[in-house]
Amino acid sequence: MPDRRPGGFEMTQVAHTQVSSGGPTPSNDRPDGAWSRRIRLPQQPMIRHLTLALCAAAILYFVTSALSPYNDFLVGEIALYLIALAGLSLLTGVNGQISLGQGAFMAVGAYTMALLMNHTQLNFVIELVTAVGSAAVLGLVIGIPATRLKGPYLAGMTLLLALALPPIADKWSGTFGGDQGLTTTVPTAPGTINPEQWLAWIEIAGALLTLVLLANLLRSRFGRSFRAVRDDEIAASLAGVHIARTKVTAFVISAGCAGLAGAFLGLSTSVVNTGEFPLTLSIQLLAAMVVGGTGTLMGMWWGAILLVYLPQWSTSLSGHFNLGNGVSAYLAIIIFGTVLIVVMIVAPTGIQGGLRWIWGRASRRWPRVVTREAAPPSTLEPLSSRHFDDSDG
Amino acid sequence: MNNHRRFGRWVRVLAAGVMGATLGTTVLSTSSGAASTPGVTSSSVTIGATVPLTGPAAPGYDEIAPAMNAIFAWANAQGGVNGRKIKYTYLDDGYNPANTATLTRQLVLQDNVFADVGSLGTPTQAAVQSFLNSQKVPQLFIESGCNCWSSSKYPESSGWQPPYTVEGKILGAYIKAHFAGEKVGYLTQDDEFGQDFIKGLNMEIPSTSVVSRQTYDASTLAGPLSNQVAALKAAGAQVVAMATIPAATALAMLPAASIGYAPQYVISNVGADAPTVGPLLSSFTSKGGGTAAQAAAASGLLNGVITDSYFAPENDVSNPWVQVEKKILKKYAPSLYAKSGLDGNTQYGIALGYTFIQALQAAGKNPTRAGLLAAIAKSGKSFVTPGYVPLSYTSSVHYGYQGAEVVKLSTTAPPAVTPSGSWIGGTAVGPIETTNVGSGPIVTYKGKVSTPPQKLASTS
Repeated sequence: MPDRRPGGFEMTQVAHTQVSSGGPTPSNDRPDGAWSRRIRLPQQPMIRHLTLALCAAAILYFVTSALSPYNDFLVGEIALYLIALAGLSLLTGVNGQISLGQGAFMAVGAYTMALLMNHTQLNFVIELVTAVGSAAVLGLVIGIPATRLKGPYLAGMTLLLALALPPIADKWSGTFGGDQGLTTTVPTAPGTINPEQWLAWIEIAGALLTLVLLANLLRSRFGRSFRAVRDDEIAASLAGVHIARTKVTAFVISAGCAGLAGAFLGLSTSVVNTGEFPLTLSIQLLAAMVVGGTGTLMGMWWGAILLVYLPQWSTSLSGHFNLGNGVSAYLAIIIFGTVLIVVMIVAPTGIQGGLRWIWGRASRRWPRVVTREAAPPSTLEPLSSRHFDDSDG
Repeated sequence: MNNHRRFGRWVRVLAAGVMGATLGTTVLSTSSGAASTPGVTSSSVTIGATVPLTGPAAPGYDEIAPAMNAIFAWANAQGGVNGRKIKYTYLDDGYNPANTATLTRQLVLQDNVFADVGSLGTPTQAAVQSFLNSQKVPQLFIESGCNCWSSSKYPESSGWQPPYTVEGKILGAYIKAHFAGEKVGYLTQDDEFGQDFIKGLNMEIPSTSVVSRQTYDASTLAGPLSNQVAALKAAGAQVVAMATIPAATALAMLPAASIGYAPQYVISNVGADAPTVGPLLSSFTSKGGGTAAQAAAASGLLNGVITDSYFAPENDVSNPWVQVEKKILKKYAPSLYAKSGLDGNTQYGIALGYTFIQALQAAGKNPTRAGLLAAIAKSGKSFVTPGYVPLSYTSSVHYGYQGAEVVKLSTTAPPAVTPSGSWIGGTAVGPIETTNVGSGPIVTYKGKVSTPPQKLASTS
């Protein structure tokens, strides 16, 4: 049993937390505490997350080497959507601010990078960092008034952003390239690596780095403040959390993630134009986040995989059953909608929440079968209790 | 016990790995591909395209690829091209360039298509231009009038329809000649479509006679363009030159009529397709609370509109191309024919598909990608197509038609007959003219206008 510390903030956590921060791996802390302590993952979050990221990098290296160039491209797409989703999950799931403007922040990152590529000779990494920075700055500008809005009003405001930004690029087509857009170039791949695989590696590196940083952030004071503000603003401010500053910080981080994702999207399409950032992009991101598991980071893998592979699967499915164009064109969106509904009914905390629940049940039941006294049934909801341990930081 | 659990964890890790691997391998390319040209076997040639079949750009444009398939089905029924059947894979990108990027890679890297033929849209095709060129995959006959497809940087790419600037020049010259001294207003889409068109207009119309320049944004086009129309009226524009999509044409004409403003409309080809715009005028009128009689009368607003045309419009039923197109659509795409009949979009698809058939024919018995491009550059000008003017392909010019004829829509012309009723027709009011996107002069076309070859005309 984890220790139950006093204090309003932690108490609200017990009451409200359905989803928890999640690292890039299931936590090693379990309420029953029986087995997981024996897996000797480093306790220090930074080292632990880095270790896991390196493992993931190694696995993905072999996966991308084995796959065809086309599938490497898709893996890269998964990585880039993962970045945007992780930022959104932090903003919406952890901090409680809903945003329909993630696509607009992606556009800002993409255009920044494309403009730099066309007008300067900067290092590629500096271009990416600037793309993240410019999206974060817009996040700051939008985040400040956003602190005064809640729920549907905030959704409406960010929706406006997603609608209003792209026409700006059309208006000044001299600068932003109009319909054709601005061309981007991926740095030349070293050796004989094919361009799709190289791009996928760049995107995977960005995604893993983002996940490590976000996972650490969520286990720090910032992460606890984000959750505190989401759960109860009054209680949080009584506990000394600066509400507005915390909300703006979450907005800035989320926008920065979107900026990086947008820059990568610009790279994978080799041009940046407004058509790449329609309103539907923002809405799909939100839906994918909900399906994956709002507020989790690991769950965003599921969301990203669905976003990328669902159209593929539905195409082969409709080919298999010889469906007409009228049906097959809408099949992906039909399946996505169905998945969203089913997941919300079966696992309201998303795929990741559902998997955790199953895993929690399994790891509590098995020891009881073998020997009862080893692991007394926990009275605590495993998800929220994990959260306690996280806040040790 | 603990071993048991630890084992469970490894099983989970393993399961995740296996899932990941199957995820990839199930969609791994299975086609080993002949050592020769991708997409070409002894009995078939596979080509692909990305087009909008869903989303806001789909209405009308979703007819083009199926119409292309109809003419390919005709060619396949004749035994194929050089003994090879054409297989056409067109995928829905919803007019979103990010989808286009993924789907085009699917076509090239996984489905191994020989060429990308007849893909639609400026933003969408710009997103795959560098990919296709780096892979040396021909990006043929892009369905867009952008001035951007003919560039030495992208030798694999080429357009097909007249660039919007060419249309703007021809219509601008007509305005200068026939409405001299009258005040001109512009109403254009706020993107390259509009800007390229204006580029052409400005080359012909003196800037002093342009009294108002109005634009609209296609992505937010939802209601009547009342403000723009009011501004044009206030400026006293007697002639309004428009680069508009069909819906925008209707959304400008209706509020104009309601404030008693009836300028001479001069509209680019895209926005003046009578079988498309007529029904839109009617349906917007009834949605706006108009009576059935008012809705029926609304399509009459098109009477007197001036536009341009680069192949015989569907109402010209005595034209041999129109007769052939109708027969082919009816026979090889019966459901499409029942739905939309022969209209600007289905004609477009058939004409474009027939252009490709000839390109493939010209590429010889053992077509290669490079050979296909060389054949188009060498003999593209002599391809027989429904276009009024010959295609202008050379090794450096990658535009298709660079000429058109000015047409006036009128009720006195024989109306076009579509499944939903008959629509106003168009008659030529000027000669067929050619020019280029640059400062080249506008010349009256003196050459022969093609007629369908015997094997096509004899289709029953």
